[in-house]
Amino acid sequence: MNMKDISVIISGFGGQGALFAGILLCHAAVLEGKHTTWFPSYGAEMRGGAVNCCVNISEGDVPSPIVDKADAVIALNDASQTKFESRVKTGGFMIINSSLVHIPTTRTDINYIKIPFNDLAQKLTQPAFVNVMALGAFIEKTGILKIESIIEVMKDMSKKVSAKKATLLPNNIECVKFGANIIKNQLITV
Amino acid sequence: METLVYKRPESLLKDGHFTFCPGCGHGVVLRIVAELLDEYNLQKDTIAISSVGCSIFLEKFFNLDVAGASHGRSPCVATGIKRCKPDKFVLTYQGDGDAATIGFNETIHTACRGEHITTIMINNTNFGMTGGQASATTLVGQVTTTTPHGRKAELTGYPLHAAEIVAKCDGTAYSARVAITSSKCIRQAKEAIRKAFETQIKGLGFGFVEVLATCPTNWHMTPVEAVKHIENITETVHPLGVFKDITAKEKQ
Amino acid sequence: MAKELVKGNEAIAKAAIKAGCQCYFGYPITPQSEIGEYMGAHLPDMGRVFITAESELASINMVIGAGTTGTKAMTSSSSCGIALMQEAFSAMCCAEVPGVIVSVMRGGPGLGNIAPAQADYFQALKGGGNGDYHLIVLSPSTVQEAIDLTYRAFHLALKYRNPVMLLADGMLGQMMEPAEFGEYPYKDPDVTEWALNGANNRKPRNIVSLHMPEGEMEILTNKLFEKYERVAKEETTYESYMTADAKLVLTAFGTVGRIAKSAVQKARKEGMKVGLFRPITLFPFPEKQLNEVAQNAEMILDLELNKGQMLLDVRSAVFGACPVEFFGRTAGGLLTPDMMFEKIQELYKKLEHKTEAGVR
Repeated sequence: MNMKDISVIISGFGGQGALFAGILLCHAAVLEGKHTTWFPSYGAEMRGGAVNCCVNISEGDVPSPIVDKADAVIALNDASQTKFESRVKTGGFMIINSSLVHIPTTRTDINYIKIPFNDLAQKLTQPAFVNVMALGAFIEKTGILKIESIIEVMKDMSKKVSAKKATLLPNNIECVKFGANIIKNQLITV
Repeated sequence: METLVYKRPESLLKDGHFTFCPGCGHGVVLRIVAELLDEYNLQKDTIAISSVGCSIFLEKFFNLDVAGASHGRSPCVATGIKRCKPDKFVLTYQGDGDAATIGFNETIHTACRGEHITTIMINNTNFGMTGGQASATTLVGQVTTTTPHGRKAELTGYPLHAAEIVAKCDGTAYSARVAITSSKCIRQAKEAIRKAFETQIKGLGFGFVEVLATCPTNWHMTPVEAVKHIENITETVHPLGVFKDITAKEKQ
Repeated sequence: MAKELVKGNEAIAKAAIKAGCQCYFGYPITPQSEIGEYMGAHLPDMGRVFITAESELASINMVIGAGTTGTKAMTSSSSCGIALMQEAFSAMCCAEVPGVIVSVMRGGPGLGNIAPAQADYFQALKGGGNGDYHLIVLSPSTVQEAIDLTYRAFHLALKYRNPVMLLADGMLGQMMEPAEFGEYPYKDPDVTEWALNGANNRKPRNIVSLHMPEGEMEILTNKLFEKYERVAKEETTYESYMTADAKLVLTAFGTVGRIAKSAVQKARKEGMKVGLFRPITLFPFPEKQLNEVAQNAEMILDLELNKGQMLLDVRSAVFGACPVEFFGRTAGGLLTPDMMFEKIQELYKKLEHKTEAGVR
């Protein structure tokens, strides 16, 4: 798959980093000179509520930041699968965090990529980052951006955060690379 | 040898005439303010904020730049001005309806922020301009157009003591309640307002002076009766005094 | 200058600082709190003024204080907070006090919700405050436009000595996209002619909104409305997108305008002659320009995130030149490109049917 324009909904519960994954994606898109929009939706709670963001990446302008049907959905928990399964375009795909999602899928006109991100991430590093790993898988799958762009953005961001947060950079890089490798080397049968 | 016994302050307009009712306390206080502005040579550097009530027509009396505020918001307008022009002398002139009733939240927060402004609050225990309705400072038992049988505590509660509450705010440098019922009182009132001026000039914090003033028209009294009313009744509820003076501490 | 990824609310705050905003007075309310947070993080370090006021009433009256000294100042809030400021807007217009107000609309009425909406069009354009007055109201649809219109808001406020409102919605406030911060492009007028600075060897000035003498208030109001006419003549802006040959013209403001653009593109791909007319200044409303577009169109479809508020101005501008339809959602419900497209299809079919009938 090598796409030029893409829309993706990233969804999870608050704290899983769905919104942040979207922001990373947008920054990387800007780095590669593309047009992009990020539009979040969240509940009133600061933590734990259902959150999602819609990201568009395009060679041209992005008039509408919201989409009816997305090319892809990344569902980090089961509520996200329930809510957004119907919002994937025919022929599109859904990346599902099978560590936390145990409900059956219902469509035959889209592809499902089920990866137990939590389990894999736990084994990989401590602390681990499920959102970034899912992002790595998404980028590898679509070819919309380079993994190196995401890593560059993460490096740049780590310079602007507290020293304590900055120590998490290597884990983040490992997770995004591992996410990409899952797809590249077909570590998981999908 | 001639002795100058009366001079019109430069801070008052030459052709400005007070339009207050006979026996009203406003004129005396405005005169004190004008004299002090002259004494500190502040006329050229003052921005005064007029409020809503009998205190509204500052620009008709004062030879000063004047900004108008909505009802109760003079301290906010003053804050905006002072923060932009910290070298100017900024003064709000308000009544009890404005500063203690609709705008007491603003008064308190301005005091807590310790804004370097001076607020003069004329307390005649009613809404004078609108015809003498009960305000937050109205005395229990006081007859007003909205309490025709006297203010009843069980219905409308108790009078608000502005100067005491303002004194509790950490940002307040000076807070006092004065009266203008005699020459002696007027001299003391002038000294209190002088302190509130100086705390601003020295950048010490918020200066607040509450002045008990007569409102003979709405109190349905003669001017003399109104003065006696303040001395005998009002001062027992709203006692005179200096409730905070951080310069006094400095001296110790 | 390179584009950077920036959130709408932060873009507005950053642009305000670049525009020379010396003071920010505000009170937190979702979905615009990032504006105050950004200001709080940056203004004090720059030696400028930041105050979290005790209320929205206090914020806007602090803006008035700053405005009377000719200083660039702003506040920002959302729906119910803006409601509290209406008295001051009226006073500012009357006393000709400049100031910038950012209104990031949320769902209403009441406390409503924190989702994007556009139901405060009337609040911004048709009053709330008392008497005859107008805010100048600018409506951004992209983050880039939010930056450019923030610059413009500060300039217009001083140029016309009038409060200017940037009317955004929660979508624009919360979304991110790349944008660039150019230099502040305007030359602001001299304020020393009128600003309060102490009556130093000149006649005292007053900036007040009470005018009791008989006839004075009417003369003043007439002068204000002469000013508003000048504003309309010189400052009206809008975007006209593919309207030249359009049979069906969409009207929309703010973020709905950009979503409508996606719907227009989709309709054009399907061979439908559809265009978009998007007012950028809501006051002054591009009345004449919309009327000209309507003269060549067969139908107008007004799209809003409310129950039909700008609709009144659209109808007034179209003035019977063609039928005006309305399609909207409110209180946090969003209009998506597909929803708009379906409505376009439905109306377009009617138009074609009518044309065929006319031929027969």
